Amino acid sequence: MVIEVKNISSFKDLSAGEQVLFSGAIYTARDQAHKRLVRDIGKGRGIGKESFFNIKEAVIYYCGPTKAPKGKIIGSCGPTTSSRMDEFTPFLLKKGLKGMIGKGRRSKEVIKAIKKYKAVYLLAPAGCGALVSKYVKKAEPVAYPDLGPEQVLRLEVKNLPLIVAIDSKGKDIYGQD
Amino acid sequence: MRVIDAKKITETVADLCLKANCSLRSDVLAKIKSAYRKEPDGKAREALAEIINNAKIAQRERLAICQDTGMPIVFIDIGQNVRIKGGLRAAVERGIAKGYKKGCFRESIVCDPLKRGKPSYRGAVIHTEITRGSRLKLTVMPKGFGCENKSVLRMFLPTVSIEEIKDFVVETVESAGPDACPPYVVGVGIGGGADYASLLAKKALLGKLTNDQRPTTNDQILSRDLLKRINKLKIGPMGLGGKATCLAVNIEEYPTHIAGLPVAVNISCHALRSATAVL
Repeated sequence: MVIEVKNISSFKDLSAGEQVLFSGAIYTARDQAHKRLVRDIGKGRGIGKESFFNIKEAVIYYCGPTKAPKGKIIGSCGPTTSSRMDEFTPFLLKKGLKGMIGKGRRSKEVIKAIKKYKAVYLLAPAGCGALVSKYVKKAEPVAYPDLGPEQVLRLEVKNLPLIVAIDSKGKDIYGQD
Repeated sequence: MRVIDAKKITETVADLCLKANCSLRSDVLAKIKSAYRKEPDGKAREALAEIINNAKIAQRERLAICQDTGMPIVFIDIGQNVRIKGGLRAAVERGIAKGYKKGCFRESIVCDPLKRGKPSYRGAVIHTEITRGSRLKLTVMPKGFGCENKSVLRMFLPTVSIEEIKDFVVETVESAGPDACPPYVVGVGIGGGADYASLLAKKALLGKLTNDQRPTTNDQILSRDLLKRINKLKIGPMGLGGKATCLAVNIEEYPTHIAGLPVAVNISCHALRSATAVL
């Protein structure tokens, strides 16, 4: 069964292993952007222009897309390895982050924090960046433009196919817990 | 002496960057399709269908197969009777910049590995080899770093058993787990020194992914045994379990010193990309 999800408030009801079609806004952020998010949120600074990015309402997508070819919304935009963001994630969860999309396993600390703060971690089609681009309906830069492909973009996606990897009860499909 | 203009090299490298990044190698695609046919499990099968569909979209729309358009690794075999008119390295770098720009590929290279900074296209890894004859062979391999990060080199004792080497290769894949976009292709380099074993492991990924039903050479037997053992790990496509954890194991060997036995493992994600041209 595939569950349609349009609101992050329903994230906490998802169970590990479930297939999801997600529609809504997601924010790209990978290594260097995470370093800055932790720094800026820690200092109470607004993120990006007009403090557009609110961690409590954001879903983070671990992704650095290729450039959009002429006439396209975005280039290839599959997920990157999530575990590289593990050291920054518990802090962001504490600050209100409710959803993350990426590929691969997470650390014990991240799983614990996902459970504690009732968040969710989902998998996107790994290594399928051209396919994922088809689900992106809008893309706009939000913060850290100097990071180039690692800047934060706001993406609007429609029916993006995802799999729940770690649910709000801390259940992990990779069976580490 | 045959003279090859550096401009010709630039054009060829640019074309190879586009081809490698947008058209999945036919031998890789054939392996994925065969894995799809054999996969009974629902989610793993769906993941393989997505990979096949992704390759189709990339090819049709000239989109990068993967957003990680990699660190470009360039292998150049230069015939000893060839003289290059112009600078070789500059010609290759210009070709990469041209191809990557045209394809709208990602700027994934930081020029200072410690300070990092804004990424660009500059900084390909170039391996040259002098060969006989008057041809110049160029191969571009865009290597993604999700899987490159899982590479391991181990310096074994010369008295090690083959079983210990097999264990090492299997454990390396097991430790990569679901993180680096399985099903994988595993390159193994055995022999040489530390540097050369690592190079061999990567070069092994360039070899055609064949299906040795009846292996005859020691290499073929070893690669078949490793493939069987790795697929028993049941990591599966996207780490969702299932049969296809590894599409192929390719092995390259070279003489080594009496005091040692270097073994390197270089893992590729399912999007194993490379393209070759001969001038």
